[in-house]
Amino acid sequence: MLYREAGDFKTSYASDNQTFPIRFDRYAYWVVMAVAFLVLPMVMNDYWANSIVVPFMIYVIAALGLNILIGYTGLLSLGTAAFMAVGAYATFKLTTAFPAMPIYLVFLLSGLVTSAVGVLFGLPSLKIKGFYLAVATLAAQFFLIWLFTRYGWFFNYSSTGQISMPERSMFGVTITGATASSTAVYFTCLIFTVAMAWLARNLTRGQMGRTWMAIRDMDIAAEIIGVNPLIAKLSSFAVSSFFVGVAGALMFGVYLGAVEAGEAFGINKSFLVLFMVIIGGLGSILGSFLGAAFLVVLPVLLKILLVDNLGWPADLARHLEIMIIGALIIVVLIAEPHGMAALWRTVKEKLRLWPFPH
Amino acid sequence: MKMTTFAALLAATTGLAAPAVAQDLHFPMLNYRTGPFAPGGIPFADGYQDYLTLINERDGGIGGLPIRMSECETAYNTERGVECYESIRGDNPLILQPLSTGITYQLIPRVTADGVPLHTMGYGRTSAMEGETFPWVFNYPANYWDGASVAINYLLSQNGDSLDGKKIVLLYHNSAYGREPIPTLESLAASNGFELVLIPVDSPGQEQSSQWLQIRRERPDYVIMWGWGVMNAVAIQEAANIRFPMDHFIGIWWSGSENDVVPVGAGADGYTALTFHGVGRDYPVYDDIQTYVVDRGMAAGNGDQIGSAVYSRGLYAAMLAVEAARTAQELAGHAQITAAEMRNGMEHLSITEERLTELGLPNFSAPFDVNCQNHGGGGAAMMQQWDADTQTWSLITDWIQSDRTLIGELATADAAAYATENNITPGCL
Repeated sequence: MLYREAGDFKTSYASDNQTFPIRFDRYAYWVVMAVAFLVLPMVMNDYWANSIVVPFMIYVIAALGLNILIGYTGLLSLGTAAFMAVGAYATFKLTTAFPAMPIYLVFLLSGLVTSAVGVLFGLPSLKIKGFYLAVATLAAQFFLIWLFTRYGWFFNYSSTGQISMPERSMFGVTITGATASSTAVYFTCLIFTVAMAWLARNLTRGQMGRTWMAIRDMDIAAEIIGVNPLIAKLSSFAVSSFFVGVAGALMFGVYLGAVEAGEAFGINKSFLVLFMVIIGGLGSILGSFLGAAFLVVLPVLLKILLVDNLGWPADLARHLEIMIIGALIIVVLIAEPHGMAALWRTVKEKLRLWPFPH
Repeated sequence: MKMTTFAALLAATTGLAAPAVAQDLHFPMLNYRTGPFAPGGIPFADGYQDYLTLINERDGGIGGLPIRMSECETAYNTERGVECYESIRGDNPLILQPLSTGITYQLIPRVTADGVPLHTMGYGRTSAMEGETFPWVFNYPANYWDGASVAINYLLSQNGDSLDGKKIVLLYHNSAYGREPIPTLESLAASNGFELVLIPVDSPGQEQSSQWLQIRRERPDYVIMWGWGVMNAVAIQEAANIRFPMDHFIGIWWSGSENDVVPVGAGADGYTALTFHGVGRDYPVYDDIQTYVVDRGMAAGNGDQIGSAVYSRGLYAAMLAVEAARTAQELAGHAQITAAEMRNGMEHLSITEERLTELGLPNFSAPFDVNCQNHGGGGAAMMQQWDADTQTWSLITDWIQSDRTLIGELATADAAAYATENNITPGCL
């Protein structure tokens, strides 16, 4: 019904290798882009932009980063939130030290700083894997947060240890700070999300992504066919941390505005991003989007439905929300252990064959 | 796919529901009745809501206009706090009281840009007492630096006006909240000649054995605690375990609720804490709350917190908000006040003993005035002590004044730094 495959033939290598091999998906992609860039900014109010769409996009970037590490390279990490904190604190230090630096450049440089830190903490992955690596990255989580709350240099010796984002603008438009318009914030996040998703998609289907997947599927076999595990694992850590760092920088810079390492980037946040990746689908770009939507957007929608539309008490709704999200996680994982992206893949297969399933 | 349809539907319904222009005063409540800090959040929320309900039921609102309450659950989480703020800021909120220092730091720039008064009573950013730099933020009647100073003044009075050579430990929640008193205590340590030892406890603070081992090693004369939530009860339990003299263990007002001492049982007997308002149910206002709120079945929550220490604080916060709204109505000359008029009312708030008696809260609070320069009130506090046999807090001192000269200097310096960082020209609105 949705997919009309007749006439969808591939005549060249390029067309066979494209990101969206099915014509309908290509159209859908352009429609989504048009809606995101042209329609949504027109129709969306501030509340939707600032408290639903912006955090969703930031978590998408973080989930993409973690997905590269876990889903594509098979390296388990529990230090995501700490790497986000690195991005946030790098943004703070860079922008307070060089106020004239364009803020987008600051976000990208923060990603690079996080990359370097990620490689450092990725070194143990050369020796250990699986749950043991998870424990090593857990050390990163605790060590980095301790560092950011302990040493005054990181928060410019403010008396409370909080870092606050100063107001920064680009091309005369205020991007960060309280006076930034929701449209500016939305477009900043959108540009970064689209660019990062594009980068992730193209990295993972290129040579680099294939070496990562070779390591994931069987590292010894990969080594025998000529994949250098040192380069593959560390590049995965570097790219993953870059994504996570940019997510942290955006979370601090344009979304929260003031951050405290222990509260905003605690172990809970590491788990949250990990669950996004697992529920969304390991090794899938779409999965990162679905997982972030499930764990960031759905709770807010439930709150709007229960509290604002049905008028239930806020605490009851919050408890119900925890139960509903918990139950849905179990339902999704029973229905499809490989995540929501795999669920969608099955649905798509069925739709493509419909109405002649045999 | 189903999810997106659902989202689209919701978007359509909520997008269409435009805020109604009604004749009422909107007092949003950013509560936390869930999460690890709920034991502190619930009594405060109950006290706040019950007092507003009382005003609605007994007086028909403020100046004839009913108070409209809306509740948003923050779970003491900054991201949820921001989400809550975004959801109410278009709905004419008159006053925000988030009961969280972390959320306060998020909200200070936002409320300043949007023009919504923020009242952080006994928490938040201390230097916000400098009203010229923080025109939209208020932290009367007392702040953390007052708390630190009052605690030291109390200890001075206990030790013949000298703390020379004494050793005092600050056991603090390792967050913006807990780190807040450090500059004041360091400065007081230098001027009074005592040694200050800083011992942080990471949130939420269920595990403190290493900290208390360190306290045993340090052998301090006094321990001052800046804790919240589960951290308080754990610390008091650990102190009881090492037989630390309880009357040498002083908590800030957020570490002085029933929930903190009851779990420790007899071991907590004699524990002292600061408070900037009276304790217990022996105030005439509680009779009205019984008649107009509880007996009508309108009590907030389970109704089992009435009269507890943090409930009293929630009630006090609501009382100050109502009084500020009343002042604002008088100044504006009409009942339907805006947020800007509410801010003006808060800036001209004057709490006198006569007014407190009229409100059924005689001697509940120290009288204080707010003005454009000083958003921090008077800064006096009392000491309360826990009696484990009768399960009550009792006040053991009269009002102790904080060292406002020193605090003023520190706050001016901090506010000036904030003003330069954020390009603010201090001045009265």
